[in-house]
Amino acid sequence: MHAPIRGNASMNRTFRLLKRRLVGAIPVLLIVVIGSFLLLEAAPGDAVDAYVASVGGDAGMIEALRQGWGLDASPMTRLAAYLWALLHLDLGHSVAFSRPVRDVVLERLPNTLLLMGAATALSFALGTALGIVAGARPGSARDRALSIGSLALYAVPGFWLALVLTIVFSVELRWLPLSGMETIASGKVGFARALDVARHMVLPVTSLGLIYLALYLRMMRAGMAEVWRMDFTRAARARGIGRRRIVLSHVARNALLPLVTMLGLQSAQMLGGSVVIESVFSVPGLGRLAQEAVGSRDTPLLIGIILVSAALVIVINLLVDIAYAALDPRVGASEASA
Amino acid sequence: MSLARLLRSPDAVAGFVILGLLGAMALAAPLLFPGDPLAIAGQPLLRPFQDWALPLGTDRLGRDVLAGLFHGARTSLAVGLAAAAASILVGSIVGTIAGFAGGLVDEVLMRITDAFQTVPGFLLSLALVSVVGPSLGVVVMAIALSAWTGPARIARAEVLSIRERDYVASARVIGMHPVEIAFREVLPNALPPVLALSSVIVAAAILTEAALSFLGLGDPNRVTWGGMIAEGRAVLRSAPYLSVIPGIALVLAVLGVYLAGEGVVEGTAARERQA
Repeated sequence: MHAPIRGNASMNRTFRLLKRRLVGAIPVLLIVVIGSFLLLEAAPGDAVDAYVASVGGDAGMIEALRQGWGLDASPMTRLAAYLWALLHLDLGHSVAFSRPVRDVVLERLPNTLLLMGAATALSFALGTALGIVAGARPGSARDRALSIGSLALYAVPGFWLALVLTIVFSVELRWLPLSGMETIASGKVGFARALDVARHMVLPVTSLGLIYLALYLRMMRAGMAEVWRMDFTRAARARGIGRRRIVLSHVARNALLPLVTMLGLQSAQMLGGSVVIESVFSVPGLGRLAQEAVGSRDTPLLIGIILVSAALVIVINLLVDIAYAALDPRVGASEASA
Repeated sequence: MSLARLLRSPDAVAGFVILGLLGAMALAAPLLFPGDPLAIAGQPLLRPFQDWALPLGTDRLGRDVLAGLFHGARTSLAVGLAAAAASILVGSIVGTIAGFAGGLVDEVLMRITDAFQTVPGFLLSLALVSVVGPSLGVVVMAIALSAWTGPARIARAEVLSIRERDYVASARVIGMHPVEIAFREVLPNALPPVLALSSVIVAAAILTEAALSFLGLGDPNRVTWGGMIAEGRAVLRSAPYLSVIPGIALVLAVLGVYLAGEGVVEGTAARERQA
């Protein structure tokens, strides 16, 4: 048997994985859509009420719209119409903004992605590093202190941490801006503007990142404790390799891989967590938009946000799966893994 | 599990002491502060430790902060426990049916579980409370709606291994109805690993309830710690204590649940290792 060219084989593997995951995502997305439809049906008022409330119209027009949008039809026909609209990326009409839901959501999405990306990087990097420190000597005083500390951090509500950080760094020390995404009408461009945005994002990113840091720390530590017990670690110790090298290149390295999966699983939770963080800091992102939608009873907008979030979570998990497959040659070699 | 072993772990002891104090606060709230905690008790924005009738001071509207803290403990613990119980109940039933029935039923139920895990749980809770309207029962339901998936997965995995055991086969042989086997023989044995998760679920439920009330989606007729923090936010510069005090109560409550839960799980594991 000839050994296949490595690059080609891994490309094929990635493609197969991608295809399987995409096919698997379809029924899940369909269930999310049906759930959204049920929530929309349960809410008082329908899409026409929402549209007329924001744009205006008389009784005749309302009747015509209802017929035109198929809202006077049976629930099954309405669900079909809803699915058809979604296939054309039509998420409905937002009452509060008098604009298509899709446009409002897409406008806010980049800010949330920036916040989530930075917070994930912070919690993953710092959590992993501290996890290695704790897991280097299981049971040591340092390990105990980090375990208790991470547990305490895990118990802190995100919005409260955000408020406390605001009190300290914005109100008392006046080091960082209180809220918003950037200084309004500052006229800054280019690097100066990027710096301004960065200064505004320090507190939101820290609040969101610190909450999830504990998770990576604890998982890294637990993973390392597991690897310490394995034969190859003992063999490395028996061979007299220095402890620092064993910790970094044997134990930590093997414990790191499962944490990558956590990145995907964590994305849904972090999207939820960003609602309160964005609300506290008035960051104009998806989470803050969700709160605004609730405040103005704009159900189509809220459902639109949920659908986009679900799609985002699916995409993130897909990317994580691909990254994982690239890092671990065992994945995808057999089709058994699900 | 022996009490003695539990008492040997300082973490578990701390956890149970905190939980005990909170439970006592929740139970004593109507006795110590019989009036409506949402009623005006004195001059507004009284700082803590100034007036011994109102030891922790008052908020913007002159409501007693200490009374709020006591009554808030009631809401937090009640919602946390009820939501966790509901999620474990629903999750273990769904997981048992999926694992025991297998085939198409399993496939459909697990895809539904996937869908619920794909939607950010907090957004789902937010949507339900927003559509149905805030009340204590709806908040409990909303939290359970986003928390039942974890127990469902664990219960299913456990059922998959249990259903191959001999006592299940013998129950089949004596002609027991499959539904009876699933819920009388399999489910009770699948429960321990699900229950081991309960402290994490209770803690998450308390935090979700607080976040919902913080956003103004709690039951408007009840004091909640999240609602108190939101109230204090308006005067964050002049009276930060109004946001800080209920927040500390929240952190302690969640930490207490975690520590006690870890203590129990570790204690059980130690006993199993010995046996």
